[in-house]
Amino acid sequence: MNTQGNTYTFIYASVMVILVAAGLAFTAIKLKPYQDANIKNEKMQNILSSVGIQSTPENVNGLYAKYITESLVINTKGEVQTGKAAFDIELNTELAKPIENRDLPVFKCTQEDGTVFIIVPLRGKGLWGPIWGYMSFEKDFNTIHGAVFDHKGETPGLGADINQPWFYDPFKGKTVFNENGELVSIAVYKGGKGAAQIAGDTKHGVDGISGGTITSKGLEAMIKDCLVNYETYFKNSKSN
Amino acid sequence: MGLLSTKDTKLITNPMNLENPITVQVLGVCSALAVTVKLEPALVMAISVTAVTAFSNVIISMLRNTIPNRIRIIVQLVVVAALVIIVDQILKAFVYDVSKQLSVFVGLIITNCIIMGRLEAFALGNKPWPSFLDGVGNGAGYGMILIIVAIVREIFGSGSIWGISLIPQSWYIANGGFYANNGFMILPPMALIMLGVIIWVQRSRTKELIGK
Repeated sequence: MNTQGNTYTFIYASVMVILVAAGLAFTAIKLKPYQDANIKNEKMQNILSSVGIQSTPENVNGLYAKYITESLVINTKGEVQTGKAAFDIELNTELAKPIENRDLPVFKCTQEDGTVFIIVPLRGKGLWGPIWGYMSFEKDFNTIHGAVFDHKGETPGLGADINQPWFYDPFKGKTVFNENGELVSIAVYKGGKGAAQIAGDTKHGVDGISGGTITSKGLEAMIKDCLVNYETYFKNSKSN
Repeated sequence: MGLLSTKDTKLITNPMNLENPITVQVLGVCSALAVTVKLEPALVMAISVTAVTAFSNVIISMLRNTIPNRIRIIVQLVVVAALVIIVDQILKAFVYDVSKQLSVFVGLIITNCIIMGRLEAFALGNKPWPSFLDGVGNGAGYGMILIIVAIVREIFGSGSIWGISLIPQSWYIANGGFYANNGFMILPPMALIMLGVIIWVQRSRTKELIGK
């Protein structure tokens, strides 16, 4: 048989591609449940670590059930939406909707001593791709109890450091409303260590990452854009 | 060696030393720099590359008499890409943390020169069994260097091995001690310097490589 002819080459290429595609589709479908479970575990681990609870993929289910005592979905008017599962909401699809149609998840964590923390998810844009995180608030709906951030592909050693404790630990104790009750969010100051101090904003400001300014600014915008959605809910809950 | 003939054994041992893909042929250096900060990702990467090289060698070797010459590189690429995607999916399903650390580098195995090099140089002209051994040998030769570099970088850069801390916490300056991890070890240039040292040691010990 002539293995160099046009007909043979076309048939060879077509058959090969179909076989490979079938093989890959089969593999992807078979492995999907395992991969989905990993993603779900990671999300639960992230939510827990925003209140300072460290977990492993093995024990996260138990810890999540123990500490996350309530999860609810609200809209931007602060009204609770019934019949929706907060955990399954994809924040990036919600943020693409008009502001009045957004479904926003809120998680509540109850510690052993009865202290309640409110956890909200965050999602925004870094330099190269999406960044996201979780921020937990004390029951004054103002003081940050903890925050964690992660990213898809920020520059290693620079913007990628948003997932390092030295970056997110200073968020603890900052407040997002000013004295007049206006939402000021958190400012991330350019200039690395000590930048917030120099800017004279230690209440609502943290240090950015030197060499990671676009990621830092993206993170600042992410916090602001996401917290705006929760503003009414926070204000209403605080006055109650 | 009862299991393998002398010729077959050479297929595995040669890439470890005289024909090492990284230190002698200087292929696949990019990923060797990127994934060797810690031992665990380096080992997973080594196993992944070995699996892909071995099985793509076998598949191409079995198909070698049927592949139309004009599209042989495309056929090789399709086979390699399919295997890499399978490896990537398996890592995502079973070692999720490591797969996140390796991120794009698993996908970039497709462009690893070692694999295409072995397919062109060996699998197209040899039977499946020797091709399999050649793939295993070259993957192991690549992995061996990765692991050596990763061990040194993890010990001096993070003070640990396989994530287990070797340096007592009280030694660190932060805790009032005298020791600090060498941050330079974590950066890519150090991997290049390590590779240079390995090549230097190998060349000065191996007569066959001197003066080439």
